[in-house]
Amino acid sequence: MKRRNRIGLLLVSLFSSAAWSDSQLNLTKGVTAISNEVYDLHMLVLYICTAIGIVVFGAMFWSIIFHRKSKGAKPADFHESTKIEILWTAIPVVILIAMAVPATSTLIAMEDNSDSDITILVTGSQWKWHYKYFDQDIEYYSVLSTPREQYENHNGEPAERSEHYLLEVDKPLVIPVNKKVRFLLTSDDVIHSWWVPAFAVKQDANPGFINEAWAIVDEPGVYRGQCAELCGKDHGFMPVVVEVKSEADYQQWLNDQKQLIADAANAEAASLSSSMSKEDLMQLGESTYLAHCAACHQPTGLGIPPAFPALKGSPIATTGSIEEHINIVFNGKAGTGMQGYGKQLSLKEIAAVVTFERNAWGNDTGDLVQSADVKAVSGE
Amino acid sequence: MTTDTLENTEHHDEHHDQPTGIKRWLFTTNHKDIGTLYLWFSFIMLLIGGALAMVIRAELFQPGLQIVEPDFFNQLTTTHGLIMVFGAIMPAFTGFANWMIPMMIGAPDMALPRMNNWSFWILPFAFGILLSSFFMESGAPNFGWTFYAPLSTTYSNGSTAFFVFAVHIMGISSIMGAINVIVTIMNMRAPGMTYMKMPLFVWTFFITAYLLIAVMPVLAGVVTMLLTDTYFGTSFFDAAGGGDPVMFQHIFWFFGHPEVYIMILPAFGIVSTIIPAFARKKLFGYSSMVYATASIALLSFIVWAHHMFTTGMPLFGELFFMYCTMLIAVPTGVKVFNWVATMWKGSLSFEIPMLFSIAFVILFTIGGFSGLMLALTPVDFQYHDTYFVVAHFHYVLVTGSLFSIFAGTYYWLPKWTGHMYNQSLAHWHFWCSVISVNLLFFPMHFLGLAGMPRRIPDYALQFADFNKWVSIGGFAFGLSQLIFLAVVIKCIKGGEKAADKPWDGAQGLEWTVASPAPYHTFSTPPAIKDE
Amino acid sequence: MTSETPAPVNHKATVKKLMLVVVSMFGFGFALVPLYDVFCDITGLNGKTNDEAVEYTADGIDTSRTVTVQFITHNAKQIPWKFKPLVQHIKVHPGEQKVVKFYAKNQASEPIVGQAVPSVSPGIAAGYFQKIECFCFERQPLQANEEVEMALQFYVDVELPKDISTLTLSYTLYDISEKIASL
Repeated sequence: MKRRNRIGLLLVSLFSSAAWSDSQLNLTKGVTAISNEVYDLHMLVLYICTAIGIVVFGAMFWSIIFHRKSKGAKPADFHESTKIEILWTAIPVVILIAMAVPATSTLIAMEDNSDSDITILVTGSQWKWHYKYFDQDIEYYSVLSTPREQYENHNGEPAERSEHYLLEVDKPLVIPVNKKVRFLLTSDDVIHSWWVPAFAVKQDANPGFINEAWAIVDEPGVYRGQCAELCGKDHGFMPVVVEVKSEADYQQWLNDQKQLIADAANAEAASLSSSMSKEDLMQLGESTYLAHCAACHQPTGLGIPPAFPALKGSPIATTGSIEEHINIVFNGKAGTGMQGYGKQLSLKEIAAVVTFERNAWGNDTGDLVQSADVKAVSGE
Repeated sequence: MTTDTLENTEHHDEHHDQPTGIKRWLFTTNHKDIGTLYLWFSFIMLLIGGALAMVIRAELFQPGLQIVEPDFFNQLTTTHGLIMVFGAIMPAFTGFANWMIPMMIGAPDMALPRMNNWSFWILPFAFGILLSSFFMESGAPNFGWTFYAPLSTTYSNGSTAFFVFAVHIMGISSIMGAINVIVTIMNMRAPGMTYMKMPLFVWTFFITAYLLIAVMPVLAGVVTMLLTDTYFGTSFFDAAGGGDPVMFQHIFWFFGHPEVYIMILPAFGIVSTIIPAFARKKLFGYSSMVYATASIALLSFIVWAHHMFTTGMPLFGELFFMYCTMLIAVPTGVKVFNWVATMWKGSLSFEIPMLFSIAFVILFTIGGFSGLMLALTPVDFQYHDTYFVVAHFHYVLVTGSLFSIFAGTYYWLPKWTGHMYNQSLAHWHFWCSVISVNLLFFPMHFLGLAGMPRRIPDYALQFADFNKWVSIGGFAFGLSQLIFLAVVIKCIKGGEKAADKPWDGAQGLEWTVASPAPYHTFSTPPAIKDE
Repeated sequence: MTSETPAPVNHKATVKKLMLVVVSMFGFGFALVPLYDVFCDITGLNGKTNDEAVEYTADGIDTSRTVTVQFITHNAKQIPWKFKPLVQHIKVHPGEQKVVKFYAKNQASEPIVGQAVPSVSPGIAAGYFQKIECFCFERQPLQANEEVEMALQFYVDVELPKDISTLTLSYTLYDISEKIASL
């Protein structure tokens, strides 16, 4: 019964018009002059191909219908014609030139990186983006914000999913409208590719090298994209979200960010002199762990060996020294996928997450780690 | 040892104790036996690769992670690609080459029968190694069939060594097979068969074999660099040691693009043999077909970077590779036009090989159109690494190469087995395949244009509907191939007796021998008549 | 039957020729590595700059043009150093020599050998960015908590294409201690 219901539901969902209204068939026009040019070029080639297809397949179906043996067709004798062969070599060449001309001019426009108003350094790492505003002291990581429960449905229960499932982040990149924004791309580890379809910008982030791209966005709004180069396990879980604001809103946002950074520095200083209770540490530790560590080490602490070792029962998180544990979390571990979180997390969060790892899943060391301990290891 | 003594021992084997059972297949040096081995091997690989693809499609049936973990998903996509490219398509064509080339040029066997045995029998080991990595702690390769560094070096899961070893063996096998094809064609044509009198089928395999010996060594080189980068501290692709990860892509695609043509040129040859047979009319523009094939092969060496437009190439590089790539449309177009012109004013009938060939022409052309769109650099920035690309190469490789393999199998099955295949089952196979394959791959164009990247285990909600359809198409297409298996087995076991030349319009020496083809054919070279 | 076969053609000669093709293509794969470097030097394909000091050879300074040079530093994963440029950007005339300083501090409790890898964007400008002296030519061994100021002396070639007004020099810092140890 239940199964039949499910199949019924499936069929309904396949044919319901409501479901189809979300589905996009064609390339997006986008919100930059370049992306509009790209769209036009795409449509041009699509029409040309369709026209060629109609002619070629038309001729083919004509012979399929009228030149069939069952209708008594007798085979003709011709099997070459220099004239016609030259013709159908020359015509495609002309068509290709007709396509190459607009493609070339669009490409030249795309590659003109000069005279930008704002430069933003975009760094990919497994599996998040980092944005740094050149000449401003603003930099932050941008991480997928869809909760794990929404995409981990191994028990088969379909979860309630948010509107922008897998295309939402905690802190989007913010840029102003109508300004030439230049993106400098690089990577911490493997090759990533930063893609926002609405800007027609897709550029690889290569470790050790920088690449450039740019956009002048015409309309404020929120634009979403994804990493487009296979970069390992969570390649499908590192979206790009760009919020385009009006010039005034952008300035306001910059000021807010600076204020936030100042506040965070103060909080950091305050946390050094205070110590947190085990309860608070565990609570903050768990939420930090789930947001930043669980992708690899898993919510269960069992990891995915051998690439991502278990923390449950691991000597590092139990019998090993606290300093070494903090050191690995803060600086990462060379030669492995473990990255350093010193730049991403506050001292308090690192203290909490180390406390959590040393006390969760039966790692009952009873150790408490405070911000000051982390500070001591960090060497600043 | 001289060649003479080698050949004498060969004859000795053949004429006296004919081993039976497993030994016959293990030690065979007969081109027909080896061809059969290749074809069965590739079919088994098709089923394994297809099974992997079905797990992928099951995971992508709806949003969320239901069946597999993301890391295992990457292992699936990687091995699916490797198995289909190196295990299914390429060995199938080598199987055709083994079976048909000696019979088409009037030679008694391949030129190097022992090497032929070797080049087949190392293949199962290559794929055994590759597949066994699924059961190891490291897991199977998870860095995509294109194995871009540094994901496959510094950041690999430890399967890199197995992967490299397996690829080396596949490469050696392909190279040996290709050398055999070239030597056979160069030295063993029946007297009077000049190059320009060879069937187009033989021409395409000849050119493909040259491509293979030119680029498989480059693949061997690049996987060797990968190996030393991963395990021996070199820095070919590691920026920290003065290397460049983008260089990996240049070397890989220098192999990779000709590789694409290695998988499609033989398909052109098969289809160019079948269409004239069922149009009862000579192939239109034989010589222009030969030149078009050769120019596609040559152009394939100067277009590799069109796979890399987003890596940050300078403008002139992007322009150069865009123009060269667009140029390929010209000889490819000539081929399609020639096929249509062959059908034009013919006397067409629609047996299964013809149906698959017609489907090939139409669907391969669709793949060609999307290829042309992808060639345009500015638009490629939008298409690159999306499902649009996935749609493109599956149209070219599945409805292109694979359909030509089906067409060729149906065309020569009567010659191979001595029986006609079961018509109605074969019709079922054709229609189920052609409908489901379009349901499977056509909506991928829409997904790609709407912005779905490839190689992701889960996707945003707006992609859900098409993915559902694609998955259903995928399961249907996979199951349809079981019909093919049934047709082939039935045909081997029995069925209507096939005439020596079951197709009235067929041309070529292979139809002058009995059906099934005797174990030894053309021990005396046939006389080649002038037109 | 066998007696009637035509004189066997010498397959060996053909096989030898083909093996030669195979071997040389295998070699060619490796030859692509230095060829790629040469190609990049000529075209600036990957934005790599000269990795050995050059003599200052510019004839004259083109004061009619001003080029902005931006400096970016980037720590590759897992190197616990502080590494930053002391100025974020400067304006130079093509042909004019400049010195800029970078600051580095090893924050770990053990010595680490760092290697800075330069990259210039747009890549085409890399060939015009001439380094007379650079810390990136050398490995940088730093003791625990040691800090240094490192110099880069450079000029921008007067031949720099006219449409380039901004160029960015990025240094990615790698921890190569293990690589050295393993050699």
